[in-house]
Amino acid sequence: MKKINGRSVKTLKTHRTQLSNGLTVLVKEAHAAPVTSFWVWYRVGSRNEHLGITGISHWVEHMLFKGTQMFPKGMAEKAIAREGGTFNGMTWYDFTTYFATLPAERIELALRIEADRMVNALFDPDEVAAERTVIISERQGAENNPEFLLNEELVAAAFRVHPYGTDTLGHMCDLETMTRDQLYAHYRTYYAPHNSLAVVVGDFDADEMLRMVEQHFGAIPNGPDIPPMNAVEPPQKGERRVTREGGGNVAYLQMVFRAPTVHEPDFFAMTALGAALTGASGLTFSGGGLTNKSSRLYKALVATELATAISGSLTPTVDPFVYSLSAVVRAGHTPAEVEEALEAELARVVAEPVTQEEVTKAIKQAKAQFAYSSESVTGQALWMGFSEVFADYTWFENYIANLSAVTVEDVQRVAQKYLKQSNHTVGWYVPNEQ
Amino acid sequence: MSLPGPQDIVRRQLNNGIVVLVRENHSSPSVVVSGYLPVGAYDERPEQAGLAAFTATALMRGTANRTFEQIYEELESVGASVGVSGGTHATGFGTKSLVEDLPLALDVLTDVLRHPTFPHDEVEKLRGEILTDLEERAHDTQRMAGLTFHELAYPREHPYARSLSGYTETVSQLSRDDLAKFYAGGYGPQGMVIVIVGAVETADTLVQVEDAFSDWEGHTFERAPLPHVSRITEVRERAVPIPGKTQSDIVLGYPGPPRTAPDFLDAAVCNTILGVFGLMGRLGENVRDAQGLAYYSLSRVDGGPGPGPWRVVAGVNPANVERAIASIRTEIRRICDEPVGEAELNDNKAFITGSLPLRLETNAGVAWAILDMERYNLGLDYLRRYAGLISEITTERVQAVAQRWLSPDAYALAIAGPPAT
Repeated sequence: MKKINGRSVKTLKTHRTQLSNGLTVLVKEAHAAPVTSFWVWYRVGSRNEHLGITGISHWVEHMLFKGTQMFPKGMAEKAIAREGGTFNGMTWYDFTTYFATLPAERIELALRIEADRMVNALFDPDEVAAERTVIISERQGAENNPEFLLNEELVAAAFRVHPYGTDTLGHMCDLETMTRDQLYAHYRTYYAPHNSLAVVVGDFDADEMLRMVEQHFGAIPNGPDIPPMNAVEPPQKGERRVTREGGGNVAYLQMVFRAPTVHEPDFFAMTALGAALTGASGLTFSGGGLTNKSSRLYKALVATELATAISGSLTPTVDPFVYSLSAVVRAGHTPAEVEEALEAELARVVAEPVTQEEVTKAIKQAKAQFAYSSESVTGQALWMGFSEVFADYTWFENYIANLSAVTVEDVQRVAQKYLKQSNHTVGWYVPNEQ
Repeated sequence: MSLPGPQDIVRRQLNNGIVVLVRENHSSPSVVVSGYLPVGAYDERPEQAGLAAFTATALMRGTANRTFEQIYEELESVGASVGVSGGTHATGFGTKSLVEDLPLALDVLTDVLRHPTFPHDEVEKLRGEILTDLEERAHDTQRMAGLTFHELAYPREHPYARSLSGYTETVSQLSRDDLAKFYAGGYGPQGMVIVIVGAVETADTLVQVEDAFSDWEGHTFERAPLPHVSRITEVRERAVPIPGKTQSDIVLGYPGPPRTAPDFLDAAVCNTILGVFGLMGRLGENVRDAQGLAYYSLSRVDGGPGPGPWRVVAGVNPANVERAIASIRTEIRRICDEPVGEAELNDNKAFITGSLPLRLETNAGVAWAILDMERYNLGLDYLRRYAGLISEITTERVQAVAQRWLSPDAYALAIAGPPAT
């Protein structure tokens, strides 16, 4: 039991188990509201793609909403909606995930749907054809945003070997030419119990929920061995730069630094460094992000009127990825001016340690974010599953403790190690109407 | 969990008119404050467009007790946030924090609402940020379609026809004194509502809010009634060419029912059928799914204190704009002309009532629901009555509300995307 405001609140543990077919199951009771969230995570995303089939994981995700024999097209989302639930899927570098959040007593429907479409998605050729234009439209919508256009160029320059260099949406030429058979083969290769993870958080009895998961998923046969992903990005040995010209009259500056994975001790020091530079990273599922107006880069770039916004992120991933910075250049200024001020501030954090107050602040911010995210079972299940994809769920549970162990010396050490010019890729979006 | 209602929401009115509502939720050590003041773009002149939003944001830029830097240093040091945002009828505010930091969050909120100083330098910085944002908007297809839709759907003199954030020419002209004057004339306790939801003790919280606000004296603007909004009787269409874009955004819609209109819930059910249910209702099924024309195609009915829009939005390939519009109109015609089947109606009603626990899961969700009940005088037992109200809605009522507000042949339509070739 822990105390909130003098009241006792039961803290509930996470149960982790593996079914005989290899499916990992995480179950956690949460009784604050009569709501349960059920997720299935597949260890497949754009990390498992190559030229010719970029964007395939994302397209496969779309096809899982196009029907099975048991739930013909449209029926699953209607069934969930009828029960008052929400239902969606998403694809990222390292994973593809599907979730439903429902009034607690109706959650079994989500298990039926997910168990069914783990193996029985139809990939009807006509549906594949209709979805091609939707997938292309999704990409075109993203292309309307200059920051997407710049980021795509930038990350491509930062990774010349590893698939992380390609956006999850994929290249247009692949979206135009990929076939139904390629999509189906991808599905059959990666969608199987031993490559997936079921996560349930909500208002239920853990033992009963484990039995329910076993009942729906236990008989699904295991699939083929997962093809190895052997790409290793060589160390970056020098600055890289890209320029993206495009419409509009606002310029943008982005910068990425190759960064440690969550498995390296440097990750938490890097998190504290990121908090000092650009504020706390979001741990809540929807909104609720904190402002960053007391951060170093806000003061150096926005308060000085060179930029109108600055943000940073350190994304947890399976393989090493990047710490990224993104600034909107204020009208009347140039990316070069913003870059110069940014470099000066980075040089300062490399030369002089951050203060203890800045580290303490990062820890307190993370504690607050955890409290906010625990209000929602959907948010909790997201983070449990997400952490299990790149580490294991205890990574999320131990997050505060690990961050609390970071010292100012650690922060300076990682600043010196990662915030080097030779380790960064710089991108300018140059508007052609300026 | 029982639905929030009179048994666990405490409502008090302070002597100066402020209504305070508190609901305890001890499942997480966090708390939100959410509320509004009845001042907004309604109260600005057309040539001052953007003034209400500029003023609201500028409140956070410095007070008699704290500089801009101090405000954010104090809040961010504890992972808390405070925000103020100007709308058309009202200016909303909110805080989010650990419950141990609620006193700080409330103190900052009180400070920015009651003692802003509008420091000259900070106002200029903020102006630059707004102007850059307006430059971004000019090249953003979604935002330009939305802005243009409002211009088409509402009379020129109506506040709904104007942009909340204003325009380059208006924001450039607003002076620091304009902001201070707007604040002095319109920010006061009368009509203010503040809701607190989270791991608090109600009695203590009421005392804190009373200490913070009970001696506030301030003014509110006298408001003339909103200009009349007629039903659209023709097609009002405008294309906004934005070179270099790969997707066009479409907004097709109408002035819709206010939240207090007797048929608002009928409209909510009708809208769910049209463009929400499952993956975006009938519109999603037809425009996105069957024809593969769009990544998104959905509809929204805003409600609000006035005739807020009821609109369909879609993002489509520029080559498919005409086909998408035709499909959207087909679905609008169908919902106006053909009674919705009982099964479809029941599915949609089940979704609307069944999803209530999801909407009330977080403190912010509960606070939003309480604000809604207070603002529109729905009664604190509204959530308890909600399922009953929805269950009474019939096929006939859905068709009637569609015919009253929608039309496949008379609408406002804005399209922003690459120029036609």
